[in-house]
Amino acid sequence: MKAWLPQTWSGRIYALLLLSLALAPFVLDWMKQPFYLDLLTRALIFAIAVISLNLILGYGGMVSLGHAAYIGIGAYCVGIPSYYDYYNGWLHLALALGVGGGFALITGAISLRTKGVYFIMITMAFSQMAFFLFVSMEEYGADDGLVIYSRSEFPQWISLDSAFGLYYWIFAVLLLALFFIHRLVHAHFGRVIVGSKFNEERMMALGFNTYRYRLACYVLSAMLCSVAGMLLGNFAGFISPDMMSWARSGELIFMVIIGGVGTLFGPLIGTMVFVLLEEILSAITVYWHLIFGIMLVALVLYGKGGIHGWLSLLDRGGGGRG
Amino acid sequence: MDWSLLITQLLNGLQLGLLLFLLASGLTLIFGIMDFINLSHGSFYMIGAYFCGTVVAITGSFFIGVVFGLVGIFIVGAAVEWFIARRLYRSDHLDHVLVTFGLILIFDTLVHLLWGAQGMAIPLPDMLNGQIRIGELVLPTYRMLIIGCGLGVAALLYVLVVRTRLGMLIRAGASNRTMVEALGININRLFLVVFALGAAMAGFAGMLIAPITEASIGMGNDIIIVAFVVVIVGGIGSVKGAFYAALILGMMDTLSRSYLDVVLGWFMPVTYAETAAPALSAMLIYILMAAVLAFRPQGLFPPAGAK
Amino acid sequence: MLRKTMVSALIAGAVATSGVAQADSVKIGFVTTLTTPAAVIGEDMKNSVELALEHIGNKMGPLDVELIFEDDGFKPDIGKTKTDKLVKQDDVDFVTGFIWSHVLLASAKSVLDADKFLISANAGPSQIAGKRCHPNFFSSSWQNDQTPMAMGEHLNQTGVKSLYVMAPNYAAGKDMVRGVESTFKGKVLGKDMTKWGADAQLDFSAELAKAKSSGADALFVFYPGKAGGAFIKQYQQAGLQGVMDLYTVFTVDSIALPKLQAGGLSGVLGSKNTQQWSPDILNAANQRFVSEYLARHGKYPSFYGAQSYDAIMLIKSAVEKVNGDLSDKDAVRAALKQADFDSVRGKYSYGNNHMPIQNFYLREVVEDGEGRWTTKIVSTVLTNHQDPYAKDCKM
Repeated sequence: MKAWLPQTWSGRIYALLLLSLALAPFVLDWMKQPFYLDLLTRALIFAIAVISLNLILGYGGMVSLGHAAYIGIGAYCVGIPSYYDYYNGWLHLALALGVGGGFALITGAISLRTKGVYFIMITMAFSQMAFFLFVSMEEYGADDGLVIYSRSEFPQWISLDSAFGLYYWIFAVLLLALFFIHRLVHAHFGRVIVGSKFNEERMMALGFNTYRYRLACYVLSAMLCSVAGMLLGNFAGFISPDMMSWARSGELIFMVIIGGVGTLFGPLIGTMVFVLLEEILSAITVYWHLIFGIMLVALVLYGKGGIHGWLSLLDRGGGGRG
Repeated sequence: MDWSLLITQLLNGLQLGLLLFLLASGLTLIFGIMDFINLSHGSFYMIGAYFCGTVVAITGSFFIGVVFGLVGIFIVGAAVEWFIARRLYRSDHLDHVLVTFGLILIFDTLVHLLWGAQGMAIPLPDMLNGQIRIGELVLPTYRMLIIGCGLGVAALLYVLVVRTRLGMLIRAGASNRTMVEALGININRLFLVVFALGAAMAGFAGMLIAPITEASIGMGNDIIIVAFVVVIVGGIGSVKGAFYAALILGMMDTLSRSYLDVVLGWFMPVTYAETAAPALSAMLIYILMAAVLAFRPQGLFPPAGAK
Repeated sequence: MLRKTMVSALIAGAVATSGVAQADSVKIGFVTTLTTPAAVIGEDMKNSVELALEHIGNKMGPLDVELIFEDDGFKPDIGKTKTDKLVKQDDVDFVTGFIWSHVLLASAKSVLDADKFLISANAGPSQIAGKRCHPNFFSSSWQNDQTPMAMGEHLNQTGVKSLYVMAPNYAAGKDMVRGVESTFKGKVLGKDMTKWGADAQLDFSAELAKAKSSGADALFVFYPGKAGGAFIKQYQQAGLQGVMDLYTVFTVDSIALPKLQAGGLSGVLGSKNTQQWSPDILNAANQRFVSEYLARHGKYPSFYGAQSYDAIMLIKSAVEKVNGDLSDKDAVRAALKQADFDSVRGKYSYGNNHMPIQNFYLREVVEDGEGRWTTKIVSTVLTNHQDPYAKDCKM
């Protein structure tokens, strides 16, 4: 067996997933299913957001019920400049990173003084404030949302105008995000983050200012999520405060859990399953929430570790259930 | 200053606060004693309203509807505890959030299947549709009834928690759970009763509001977030805290809805103030929660002896 | 497993698409609200569309009709996604429906950019009537401002001098308020815009108290769907009946009335509202529509239903005029523009912005022969009225 091939079953499945995602536009084009390409594009964007959430939730143990705020912030960083006919993509990107990171720095500095369930609630509070802030902005559509009539422009660089182009740029960002997270958690920084999740006192005794590490991690995660938001604004051509409500933040958490908390590929596969299930079930019946709800309950009661957990069972040669 | 308007608004705030208290008191006990985050607590609020409405439709009596509704929702609460919540007390908060969100979806869809999407109006006896007049004040009779019921339940709960053996266990459980277990108390039964009681109070709140707003799918999903704010602001596990926090939030919401646009109008164009005011008044409660969490994370009135 | 499911779903989709790709059918997508409490409106529209299809034998000229319903979940972004699906996946020829102005505003671009036809069966936001008007957009309802403008006129005629205004805070709510303010000659003493959407505010205690203390002669409100019933009830419970007269648009309709009747809120009898349609309009098309709807569903259709019925008939008239050749977009557009069909509201025409030019009536809530509460036309307030945004439309 060649060394560069994945050695485990789960590894092979993830490699296959990435490969299918890379080929998907051609297959879908051949099958004349442009809508499924849209669906997949949306799923990839959410996957980036979920990967960013997993960085703080999975690796850092910081359960944020307010991460959707950054999707909204990123999208409004496209929507509001476009409203004034500023379509420069670099400007949009800089704004998304700056505003998202700034909001995370301020709210994170306060939120990270709390732990556990209090952290869940305070992040939710800050995201609700952002939600209502955008609801109050009459000029930018308030509750009705803002239609983005043209996509970000990166002159001489990238064109986001075709469905294919947009898909592959988003796919590239996704791969970058995966690579970035992989390097980060295996670096010194990541070890401190993961270490302070399990035993903060020990990390502090070792002389680490864990608060600063966590804050940095929180801000990085928020910036990545804002990029996802910027992509979503471009893709959807529409942004409304609804995208940042607490229920959307909850959905992001589910995607992490379905895939597998604190794993590299878990968030990606969790998002794919979530988005596709939602689409397939809602096409079958308007009562699809029932099936979805039962799945969520069953997942927690019987399916520990999410999809990544099940796949890992394959690696251990199948056998009994966890 | 229009005093009769101010008094009316204070009473409206009191009414909202008491409804929030009915929801939050059960939530805070379940949270404090079982360490269980129940997002689906709002579903009890909804189901209570539907049970009550169904019985009212059959019998024509609002009172009978409430009685049957309370029994029904108590059973539903007990069933949720027995079959689902019980198995999760020792797991992660994340699991609680996930399961109870699943339960919200299940309950909402079941209501859609059983009662349809159109919502349910609950007729009131003519007597309750009228108004009470005190001098210049004209107060809707039914809203006064809600205030009366809310205060009544609060008083009953106070007696239960402070004067009875069950209450002693509840207080002990909220401050130190392991201690109660160590005393050899049948902890399972205590949990079952607290859970079902909490569900019944939430259901009661739903029954009280439904004749005003109608019962509808998802009616509990937004108020439950505010109820969580009440729990956090009041201090997890503290019934007294939930009471004060609910009243503070209820007043804050009503008063800002009444006066904030006027206040904002002093600083900005009136048209902007009119749109900004409702959003800002909704934002206020989250600002309050964030402030409490940042400066006094145990809440304003934490249960005695809690860490 | 997942891949497999997806692939089989894709194949099923592909087969379905190829099976109907021939020109022997006209595909219509219908976006409405089928979940959340607002589903009660969606069901009324759906019932009416199904009745319309039955009346035309599921045929438009030489073509069979294939109709696909989609649920917007009362949210603009979901509405837009579903519209994208109808346009890209199902490749429909017409997209219609749309209760909510904000959902329509979010979704319109998807349909119009793909050079399909968009026919609003309810929402009439000012933006799409004015600056953002489009050759492929048509309305089978009204522009939002028109109905409250008619109400403003009626208020002037009745001698109302001061008004308190309440509406939900979203695109249509803002249009409604602007509409009544533009024609009402008295003073507006106060205004409340309340939270709307899936988590809309339904307890109006604080706002009603404000309205009362403002001392205005009358109260004007716009609360469509479920909120309408809740509002009327609280208005009556607050003791405002007889103190402050209530004037409504899109609030007291066939959706709210059965519930108000069940709740015994008889104060609503005799109250006035304005509308471009009423169940008692005398023409053959309307009588057939209303009587068969009544027979089938045991209640009156609402204006939402009437407009949806009209949307189907409008499409039918265009398909027949081009003899089923939907590839000739210019011909289809010209045919739609003529509005040459028997509308249940009676004849109307299209302005340059493709919004109807039509009459608006004053309706009164009455009890019919069988004891059901419904509305009856009292007088015509505006004749052949065109919306004020038509002049902003460069078309």
